[in-house]
Formats: sequence, C-alpha cells, structure tokens
Amino acid sequence: MKEELIVSGRNIPGVDPHLTLWHWQIPLYLFLGGLAAGLIFFSSLYVIMGKEDKAPTAVKWASFITPIALVIGLAALFLDLRHKLFFWRLYTTIRLESPMSWGAWALLIITPLSFVWSASYLRELVPSWDWKFKWLNDFEAWVIKNRRPFAWLMIVLAVILGIYTGILLSAFNARPLWNTSILGPLFLTSGLSTGAATIMWMSKDHEEKKLFGRIDLLLITIEVFFIIHMFMGFLASSAVQIEAAKLFLGGPFTVPFWTFVMILGLLLPAFLEILEWKGYRIPAAVPAFLVLFGGLMFRLIMVEAGQITRYLY
Amino acid sequence: MRYAMAVDTKKCVGCSDCVVACQTENNVPLGYARDWIVENVAGTYPKVEMEIRSERCNHCENAPCVRCCPTGASHIVEGGIVLVTPEECIGCGACMEACPYDARYPHPDGFVDKCTFCIHRVEKGEDPACVEVCPTHCLYFGDLDDPNSDVSKVVAERKWKVLAPEAGTKPQIFYLI
Repeated sequence: MKEELIVSGRNIPGVDPHLTLWHWQIPLYLFLGGLAAGLIFFSSLYVIMGKEDKAPTAVKWASFITPIALVIGLAALFLDLRHKLFFWRLYTTIRLESPMSWGAWALLIITPLSFVWSASYLRELVPSWDWKFKWLNDFEAWVIKNRRPFAWLMIVLAVILGIYTGILLSAFNARPLWNTSILGPLFLTSGLSTGAATIMWMSKDHEEKKLFGRIDLLLITIEVFFIIHMFMGFLASSAVQIEAAKLFLGGPFTVPFWTFVMILGLLLPAFLEILEWKGYRIPAAVPAFLVLFGGLMFRLIMVEAGQITRYLY
Repeated sequence: MRYAMAVDTKKCVGCSDCVVACQTENNVPLGYARDWIVENVAGTYPKVEMEIRSERCNHCENAPCVRCCPTGASHIVEGGIVLVTPEECIGCGACMEACPYDARYPHPDGFVDKCTFCIHRVEKGEDPACVEVCPTHCLYFGDLDDPNSDVSKVVAERKWKVLAPEAGTKPQIFYLI
C-alpha cells in the first residue's frame, strides 16, 4: 500500500484535491481558435491558388464566421483570467519562451486582420454596401488589389493560430497528458477539420460541398492516426504518461472520449462522408455538426483530463 | 548565491507549525497555504513506513512556471528565489498548470501567489518564518554556494532526495532521508 495525503488541511479551490483551474473557457477558446484557423486557412488557400470560383463559400461567406469566432474566443479567454484588469500586461512584453505570450500576440494581429478580410467581401454579400468614408473605400480597394499577399500572410497566421492551440497545452511538462509534441499537429488538424466541416455545411454549391466533404474526410483520417499515435506514444513512455493514457483506456474518461470524440465526432461523420461519396444522399449538416461537436468535446475532455494527470512522488 | 532549504523527514513530526507561521507571517488568506504537510505511508502492517514532509515551492533552477508566464510576472531574483509580481500577473493560471508540485494558488484577489522563501526576512538576514518556528529544527535554510551555511553542511553530510527530479525542474528543496 502507498498513500500520500496532505495532512495540514490544505483545501485550495481549483487546486485540491487535483487541479480544476481551467474550466470551459479555455477549451471553448481552443475550439473557436481552431475553427477560425481552419476557416482562414481554406479561405486564403483558395485565393492563393487562384481558384476563388471553385470554393466561393470557403473564400467569401465562411470567412464572416472567423471574426465572430475569434471575438467569442477572446471573450472566453478574458473570462478565464482572474486578475482581469491587468490583462494589458500581456502586451507590454514579448516572451518567446511562453506559448501563451506569442499566442496572445498572434491573436492581437489575426483578429483585426480577419475583420478586414471579411469586410473586403461585404460588398459581394450586400451589393449596395457603401463604406461612407472615402478613405475606407480606398482601403477596401487596396485590400482587394493586394488580396494575394494578404492571403499569404493570413495562411501563415492561420497555421500559427491552429498549432498554437495545441502547443499551449503541450508546453506544460507538469501535466503528462498534455506533454506530447503531437498535440500541436493534432489540434491543428482538428481545427482544419472543423473549418472544412463548417464550409461544407454552409455551402450551397454541390461541387464545393463534395470537395470539402472529401477534404474533411482526409483530415479526419489524419486526426484518427494522430490520436492512435498519441496513445502509442503514451503507452511506450514513462509511468506518468502510461497513467495518463489509462484515463482513456479503462479510466473515468473512457466512455466520454470514445463515445463523443472517437465515435460520434470522428468515425460516424467519416462514415457518413464516405456514404455521401458513394452516392447516398446525406444532408451535409449531419456530419458537419458531428465534427464540430466532436471537436469541442475533444478539447473539453483533454483540458479536464490533463489537469488530473501529474507527477507522482 | 543560491538559496535553498533542507527538510529533515526523520525529524519532522508533522505538527504544521511551519504552515501556521507562514500563514501568519505572509497574511495568507483563510483556507489557502503556501506550505503544507504531506504524510506518505507505504507498506503493509507490520512493515509500515511513514515519511512526513513539509512542502512548499521548490524554487526550481529550471522553473517551468517562469518559463510559461506570458507577462513575466513570475520571475527569478538574485539568489534563485522564484517570485510573482501581483501587478504584472493576469491570473491566467499557466504557471499553476506548469508546476509539477502544485505549489502555487490563485489568491482571492486575482493574482497567483506562492512561497517567497520569506524574502522580506531573508534580506534582513533572518530565516524564513517556517524555519524560525520549527520546534524540531527539521528545516535548514541558507546559501548553497556558501559551504559553511546550515543547508550546505546538512546536504553534504546526509542522504537526500528532491521531489520529481524526472520533471527536470532542478528543485532546490532537499528532503533528508
């Protein structure tokens, strides 16, 4: 038998008996940040390739979701802070060692740019739209003229934003479930997948729907591979990471993870997308909703479970 | 200069005097603690062993809390003491997620708080409050770079361990075993 107890009566909210410091705010942000990254990525990708007409939803309409997602995500991040009035301290320094620092800076750049990106398509959504001020109209014209370099900038920022949501967690060596470098690519893939699913859902163009269904299917396949790879890595690692993996392989997170994330969030939508490929009529909303739901559940579960895992001594 | 502490697990009786002294000295809010007592019981009767440890921030040389702090509020001062500047702390909790020892806590006023090695006392040449009050004298504090300090002597003479060395944090609290 081995038992370790704090006997001096420590019962700190959010810390004891195990860390429950981060609630829904951080996972919600990780989800919305990933979604925004996915939407920006595909939007810029089709502009860079010069195939705007092939993916009108991805390039134009879906990009209107991006600033909304980012603003809600930022609000969630702000709600998570306990010393809220000091949030501006994030922007008095750049700390390259801290993923949260450069993530905050990336958000500061990408959020206004996503507004500019969407606004430059507003005239196509509302043809009678006028910016009222001449300088705004001039700025719009300048943005439209320089769409390609702008897209290059946005695609780089999208990858940083998407991968950051995973690196934020993987940088914590104290939480063995998070402390794996595959989390960056895994969260990026998952974010791109939620982006592709949203475009598929919104699109009215049959060809585009099909295209993004296939893209999403590919991304889900990569994601499943990454998740299997992550567990293989844990099980071949040190005791603390084996313990972390056990939370999902028989432990308390087994049912929520395998039901909500793996089956409902990944395998079922993949199956529906394959059926659709084979010619069956599947409403795009169903797999798209499942992918989005699975993406959110994945982040909620990873954040909560990660805080339980720790070094044992 | 490298401040460090040694905790004699053979002498500690787990009275929690260090905990109360710290709470009083540092105005720690009710229900919170910068140091705490851990009882580790291992084995099966009649072969049972108990280790009692007075734990606190390890003032790690490779401090993950300092590394991940987005504002620089968590920092290391001369002598290797890890501190938090409340006016720079945004309360994001990254440092608490990063600490393998769960040694930090969210202060009810919003910022993150932790053991300071009683730097305000140490600067005056006094021992930290916990060391000062320990009735069994099981806590040793001092400068590891000074071979004549209490902590250097006891660390040189006795067998010791640190907590979770595999976390790579290079903790500076030595548990004499």
